Amino acid sequence: MKTITIRYFAMFREHAGLGEETLELDVATAEDVYEQTRNRHGSTEPTGHCKVAINDTMAEWTSGVNDGDVVLLFPPFAGG
Amino acid sequence: MFAISDKSIAVDELRDQVMNPGSGGVCVFEGWVRNENEGRVVQRLEYEVYAPLAVKEGEIVIAEAKQRFPFLAACCVHRSGLLEIGDCAVWVGVSAPHRDEAFKACRYIIDEIKVRLPIWKKEHYIDGDSGWVNCERCANV
Repeated sequence: MKTITIRYFAMFREHAGLGEETLELDVATAEDVYEQTRNRHGSTEPTGHCKVAINDTMAEWTSGVNDGDVVLLFPPFAGG
Repeated sequence: MFAISDKSIAVDELRDQVMNPGSGGVCVFEGWVRNENEGRVVQRLEYEVYAPLAVKEGEIVIAEAKQRFPFLAACCVHRSGLLEIGDCAVWVGVSAPHRDEAFKACRYIIDEIKVRLPIWKKEHYIDGDSGWVNCERCANV
């Protein structure tokens, strides 16, 4: 098990009803973290639409996560 | 220079920042809040920005543009917070010795910023409803 802090933004924060939570998770990749939050908060967005960052650096869904990491879950960007 | 601002974008000051004696011109893109999207009447917009990463990624985009289309100066500012119709949401200015680099770099910067920066747009409609706007290119992935 790894201690992972998850931060939610925009639509994800509204779905989750919170901006951040720290969980004990059995996960290997950023995508595993997202799947677990989807089960927890019922989000239906596929990962293809969304982006992820680990410890304030943009990452891939296949990127590994370590104990103590902060995973930032981003719904589709809409700047400009 | 890339920045996020929660206040009105001071367009004239930004234009001065990209002025350079070696430049033959400046290419500017201003993104404005419009009153309609996909058939719905928009009353105002709200931008949520994760600034630490948006600034970092914005600087990377400008550096990439300079590598591809050598220019003398570039500046981009994106708004956060509540915006009204007609407000400037994003400003990009690129000055270069010749127009070709300025046009291409300006286009590159605005296109990449729309799809790579952690910025989200919530539209507030005239009927009281609201919704997060999904970036078109991302939604088609």
